[in-house]
Amino acid sequence: MIDHREVLETNDMIRKENLDVRTITLGISLLDCCDSDLAKLNEKIYNKLISYAGNLVAVGQNIEKMYGIPIVNKRISVTPIAMVGGCACKTPEDFVTIAQTLDRAAQTLGINFIGGYSAVISKGMTTADRNLMLSIPEALAVTERVCSSVNIGSTKTGIDMDGVKLMGEIVKKTAQRTADRDSLGCAKLVVLCNAPDDNPFMAGAFHGVSEGDAVVNVGVSGPGVVKTALEKIKGESFEVLCETIKKTAFKVTRVGQLVAREAAKQLGVPFGIVDLSLAPTPAIGDSVAEILMEMGLESVGGPGTTAALALLNDQVKKGGVMASSYVGGLSGAFIPVSEDQGMIDAVNCGALTIEKLEAMTCVCSVGLDMIAIPGDTEATTISGIIADEAAIGMINAKTTAVRIIPVIGKGVGETVEFGGLLGYAPIMPVRTVSCADFVNRGGRIPAPIHSFKN
Amino acid sequence: MKKAIITVVGKDTVGIIAAICTYLAENKVNILDISQTIVDGYFNMMMVVDISNFSKQFSDMADELSAVGEGRGVVVHCQSEEIFEKMHRI
Repeated sequence: MIDHREVLETNDMIRKENLDVRTITLGISLLDCCDSDLAKLNEKIYNKLISYAGNLVAVGQNIEKMYGIPIVNKRISVTPIAMVGGCACKTPEDFVTIAQTLDRAAQTLGINFIGGYSAVISKGMTTADRNLMLSIPEALAVTERVCSSVNIGSTKTGIDMDGVKLMGEIVKKTAQRTADRDSLGCAKLVVLCNAPDDNPFMAGAFHGVSEGDAVVNVGVSGPGVVKTALEKIKGESFEVLCETIKKTAFKVTRVGQLVAREAAKQLGVPFGIVDLSLAPTPAIGDSVAEILMEMGLESVGGPGTTAALALLNDQVKKGGVMASSYVGGLSGAFIPVSEDQGMIDAVNCGALTIEKLEAMTCVCSVGLDMIAIPGDTEATTISGIIADEAAIGMINAKTTAVRIIPVIGKGVGETVEFGGLLGYAPIMPVRTVSCADFVNRGGRIPAPIHSFKN
Repeated sequence: MKKAIITVVGKDTVGIIAAICTYLAENKVNILDISQTIVDGYFNMMMVVDISNFSKQFSDMADELSAVGEGRGVVVHCQSEEIFEKMHRI
């Protein structure tokens, strides 16, 4: 039988150390909604979302009560809209109507984000892909809950540099279009390489074409739990350090697995995966940076940071895979700047730069995430940053992403406030030496040699 | 058997266990195990209960027990045993 100490440990994790289920994300395929008539397409999408996800929020709340654990977000991911809308949408404006439909459904359902306003253009763009990408600035400006992502490369296909160039411009335009809200649109737009089909975390979530009709994916979190565990083993060897992280990750993931199974049962939808990412929030004690500092760094960003993060990421995966039958998504550690107080402090004291963050993305699960840069940064420079991250992903066969916010009208030294889970961020300097001639070449970067595993 | 864990934390006062046990008895919930400690004057109790014969929704029990605690200045949580079982047992 469960003993008192174990009950106290679990409840301390939840109540004092911010252990939570970050998201239950219901993936829904919209491929069967395709129609050449735009109005009909929108109607079918709305109806399918409402009928499949009608009780998503209620189920989430019910599970919260049952296990006494907060489920912070209930979300939906859908098939990349460029595929769904291609038949009906002849212009970017047509695509915007779908974004509005998604937003309306999200509002009706009471969910905070819906992901999948996306295009997958790893090797090339169709007309529909291009139109969707061109519609992103407007779509993110006129909607509240829609998240957009574009996958511009993969280890198997190389990098679509035409897409990279275009996305640099789209990020900039999205920032301009939402300039009145501190360029908030860019916080809902991510450019990926090697995007997984089953990621439950926003803004990069979409329901890939390899998935079934509907699936429940769950993202667990708990940087605070790992940090508290490490506080008890100060000065111990790496063996003890790794073992502690692994055990903690195991426990956290078990909760995710339990919630995912129960959610799948109550929703009548198959269970997909548990994503065991350590995702920070602006809340005190819910920071990935603080874990690295607990390991022995004075601040994130100095020498030793990449090694510490690599170790953390790997041990989280090792503990997690044993705890769940199906681990997927991104699984590892997230390092969004604006959502992590430790990262913000490191930027403010000059310890953390974009270049160091780039190095860190080589060993953790995502990429340059929630980084505010000066609003006058050239579109080609943004494309260069995207290309660098995509190259890291392509060569190392891992997911990488870029979610940067060129804050229009603001420069280095100023701060931007996004609010809620998105937090706030000091604007970081970007090297201004030009890469325009490189980005403007056109075409694609071929797949790397190790893609030929046939 | 469906089990739940009830935890009670708060300032030690007369009648906490009685109030909770009364609620459980009225709702056909059988107590399997009780353990309690008092740390720095704070009452800390854990109960393992059998809820097989509980006729309402699980969330009702969580809400109602929480209300019982509020009247006495203690925090009462009721959770399905599974979360502890899954986390601590392979």
